[in-house]
Amino acid sequence: MVALAVKDELIEILALVKDPEIPVLSIADLGIIRRVEEGENGHPVVVITPTYSGCPATEVIEADIASMLKLHGVPDFEIKTELSPAWTTDWITAEGRRKLKEYGIAPPANRGKVALLGHEEVSCPQCNSNRTEQVSEFGSTACKAQYKCLDCLEPFDYFKCV
Amino acid sequence: MTDKDMRFDYLLRLGDNSLILGQRLAEWCGHAPMLEEDLALTNIGLDLLGQARMFLSYAGEVEGKGRDEDRLAYFRDTKDWRNLLLLEQPNGDFAKTMARQFFFDAFQYLQFEGLAKSSDDRLAGIAAKSLKEITYHRRHSADWIIRLGDGTDESHERIQGAIDDLWGYLPEMFDMDAVDDAMLADGFGVDVAALRPVWDDYVNGVLAEATLIRPADSWSVRGSREGKHSEHLGYLLAEMQFLPRAYPDAKW
Ligand SMILES: [Zn+2]
Repeated sequence: MVALAVKDELIEILALVKDPEIPVLSIADLGIIRRVEEGENGHPVVVITPTYSGCPATEVIEADIASMLKLHGVPDFEIKTELSPAWTTDWITAEGRRKLKEYGIAPPANRGKVALLGHEEVSCPQCNSNRTEQVSEFGSTACKAQYKCLDCLEPFDYFKCV
Repeated sequence: MTDKDMRFDYLLRLGDNSLILGQRLAEWCGHAPMLEEDLALTNIGLDLLGQARMFLSYAGEVEGKGRDEDRLAYFRDTKDWRNLLLLEQPNGDFAKTMARQFFFDAFQYLQFEGLAKSSDDRLAGIAAKSLKEITYHRRHSADWIIRLGDGTDESHERIQGAIDDLWGYLPEMFDMDAVDDAMLADGFGVDVAALRPVWDDYVNGVLAEATLIRPADSWSVRGSREGKHSEHLGYLLAEMQFLPRAYPDAKW
């Protein structure tokens, strides 16, 4: 077993790694770190999840994790990617959602609520109005859709709920 | 064929479908009729590329001859590709691209719903993950079928023409051969023939809303599972594979 104290320390180091496409978010905010476990040779194994299948950030994130760990004096480790259960935007932390909104990206709706309402309620990150309209379901990166606000008229990105 | 050979072939079919359609969509980059669509088509292409990478990596491991995803993507010739003939057809105009996309999205959604229940955890994991993305793809292409069909006279005529042109490529999607049967029997794969009625219901609904006519079944072509492709695949591969073949082991 990787000792509990060491594990916490490793997770703290990992939380310093930023998402390359939305640099206000850490990979911990995004829910990309599944867990840290002990490998066969006693080295820590960092288990992460990809967000979108084709997301080019995935490999950058792995490289960033490796350099962050080395920078903090952890020379031997393994990074493992696990697909199941598939990543969902519900794993983005409350802190992550707050940072997204501050950055001007509307945070994803909760999946349970979407199922209940039958649609996604997206509020404007600038003025909080709920009168918003989807411009396109696809945006500048795999995780975003394009919206506009009908009150303040600003266009904005919405982090898609998956 | 041993069970291992069949699994390899089955995974290639899945990976090749995603990769070839993804490559076709990438050709739209910078050419789509509007900015939003340029982003949408390339985003969808990227999702498909991500799927292809997971399937081809897995296929290479199953094969056990040291071929990784890149080796399989860049160093196979047409006769070794297993993608559906539909997916290698040229983009044509926006209507033809959308018709091809819509038919495949509707199929892939059902296929992956089944694969997500595969007895093989890794395959089920890839399918479950991809299904979330395909849900977006299918909504996007269905919206466009309706918008073009129930749009102007010209858009209606073009999308109807595209549907008529592609119709004969569709029966191949629902074929079951010896590999499919074996993979179904051991719980690895899905029964694609059984998906036809569900696919028909969905597609008929969208076509009706789009005021489009479902073509009569007449001609059909098949052969991709034996590596018999249309001439278009060779040109596509020539472009996709040029760099790694001219500069083997090139790195970014
Ligand atoms: Zn606003």
